[in-house]
Amino acid sequence: MTAPATPAPAARPAPAQRRDVAPLLLVPLLALAALPLIGDLSTWITLTAAGLAMGMIIFIIASGLTLVFGLMDVLNFGHGAFISVGAYAAAVLAPSLSGLTQTDSLVLNIVALLALIALAMAVTGALGYAFERIIIMPVYGQHLKQILVTVGGLIVAEQLIIAVFGPVQIALPLPAAFRGSIVFGDVAIERYRVIAVAVGLVVFAAMLLVLGRTKIGLLIRAGVENGEMVEALGYHIRRLFVGVFIAGSALAGLGGVMWGFYREALTPAMGMDVMVLVFIVVVIGGLGSVGGCFIGALLVAVTANYTGFLAPKLALGSNILLMALILLWRSRGLYPVAKR
Amino acid sequence: MKLLRAILSGDPPRGRVLTMVLLAILLGLALAPWLFPGTASLNVAAKISYFVVLAASYDLLLGYTGIVSFAHTMFFGIGGYGAGLALFNLGPSWSSILVGTAAALVLAVALALIIGLFSLRVRALFFAMITLAVASAFSILASQLSAITGGEDGRTFRLPEALRPGFHLDAGPVALNGRIIAYYLVFLASLILFLAMLRVVNSPFGRVLQAIRENEFRAEALGYRTVVYRSIANCLAAAAATLAGVLSAIWLRYTGPAVTLSFDVMLDVLLMVVIGGMGTLYGAVIGATIFVLAETYLQSLMAIISHATAGLPLVPLVFHPDRWLLWLGVLFVLSVYFFPFGIVGRLARR
Repeated sequence: MTAPATPAPAARPAPAQRRDVAPLLLVPLLALAALPLIGDLSTWITLTAAGLAMGMIIFIIASGLTLVFGLMDVLNFGHGAFISVGAYAAAVLAPSLSGLTQTDSLVLNIVALLALIALAMAVTGALGYAFERIIIMPVYGQHLKQILVTVGGLIVAEQLIIAVFGPVQIALPLPAAFRGSIVFGDVAIERYRVIAVAVGLVVFAAMLLVLGRTKIGLLIRAGVENGEMVEALGYHIRRLFVGVFIAGSALAGLGGVMWGFYREALTPAMGMDVMVLVFIVVVIGGLGSVGGCFIGALLVAVTANYTGFLAPKLALGSNILLMALILLWRSRGLYPVAKR
Repeated sequence: MKLLRAILSGDPPRGRVLTMVLLAILLGLALAPWLFPGTASLNVAAKISYFVVLAASYDLLLGYTGIVSFAHTMFFGIGGYGAGLALFNLGPSWSSILVGTAAALVLAVALALIIGLFSLRVRALFFAMITLAVASAFSILASQLSAITGGEDGRTFRLPEALRPGFHLDAGPVALNGRIIAYYLVFLASLILFLAMLRVVNSPFGRVLQAIRENEFRAEALGYRTVVYRSIANCLAAAAATLAGVLSAIWLRYTGPAVTLSFDVMLDVLLMVVIGGMGTLYGAVIGATIFVLAETYLQSLMAIISHATAGLPLVPLVFHPDRWLLWLGVLFVLSVYFFPFGIVGRLARR
């Protein structure tokens, strides 16, 4: 990567950025390849829809993690704790909103869901701020200690959840209008999955808008590419990072609410359980890349669904297999972030 | 004295206090059946013994080579299942222990090599995430293949004649039963494994590992192929963890996912190594001892506090006997910040 010997003429227009489209085709290709194997169109649609819904939830959780990593080179193994905390925060508020959740009105139910999400995001965002200040700030730039200390934070957080809520699982019933399925002919799609896809798309669109169209987004992307340069231009990248960390934690809380409703039961270890999938997604997508994370999440979830249907014995290894294949193809994930 | 130094590979514990503590642990474990009679305390002593091996082998990776792996309990589990399933299927004989151990060692080293080749070239974080994923897949696999492994319930099996509680041996003044013989088998094997690892870290090979930990680029520039050294360290640690798993299976007469493969065991090992002290194998001894003792006895202490503070809000919840892991977690975070060399680092200064 040495600079060219002759300086480029200043007037030359910036070269059109070559879009790397191959990873974008992975999910559609996979879905098309699975169709003849599954054989039955309605089953295929059900499996694909369920996979997309699951993928969206994983994406919501993983996006915060990957962004935090890309910007400040911090991998938060304690991210799983925010998922659990978000879900538990929703479970605490849910009974007092039962007037909204028990009625069969979609609008009121959505209002309730949004309120629960807002609360969970506020709680996990605040927790994220504390976590960054207390746990992570002293160990910037030291990977080994970061891993250890965030794992320690995870243990403490999980134990505190058990101390407050007890070790047994807590029910988090779905709002009335989200239950059941939408049926078109042979195809049945659970309503909540449609909601999950919608929420995931909104989050993805919002992230693309913020990252691609606002000044803060520009600074974040520049910080991911070259943090020192952003500092040199006079921006306080630490402060920016704290903001991103809070946003990432809040997204984990949002993901926790969605994941909690998906399972309809909460356990203190639920965050850690899903973290394994999240790490696979982040590795597949390329550490630090939001787009790669989105594709990775869909890919992992859809693959898991297809293999679960076609070859149940293989299903548990399918994620690892997928990760190995992707890493053989692109050893740093689908969209490697430039500096790493 | 010279012999002792040779046994300790020229790396005796530093500082008088540390030496005394380690001697006390060694004597306590060596004489456990006589000093602390009773099944419960013998269980604690045996658990300390094989967890010392497990923690020390993890320290080989974490403290000496600077690699964070979350797949260490996978190897521990392979050892446990290897010996356990062999005893279960081939009958309670010494040869089935040997067959099971050999098969487990081959599988563990091969897996360690594959994981290492895939991910050790890249950054520490990558390795940590990939090992976490592989380990969780493995533990799901073990509970899914219930026809072979017994699923979530695991397998209970019988030991060779000489290790069963019913076996009695009159060796002059002391009467040994099979349980005590089994204990000494576990203890002596752990001691030998520990000394062997001490030998490894004090060999030229071990020095290269430390060089890689301190400055990988410089070690590479000096002509050491860091990937090769790391892979060998990974395989050695995996082999030692496998043997620790075999010992645990022999002692417990049971193998199952909860005691060998679960992520909780991984966190336990991490706590032991960090609290005891990274980068010194003696830290593993102290860490494992403290952890197992805390697991067994801290709970009763906390029950007392919990009862004494019953009137206050939240305090009794936090001191509930089942929350002992919370306090070790806090201690863990504090030791990463303030005592990077753990308890051993503090004691060695005296």
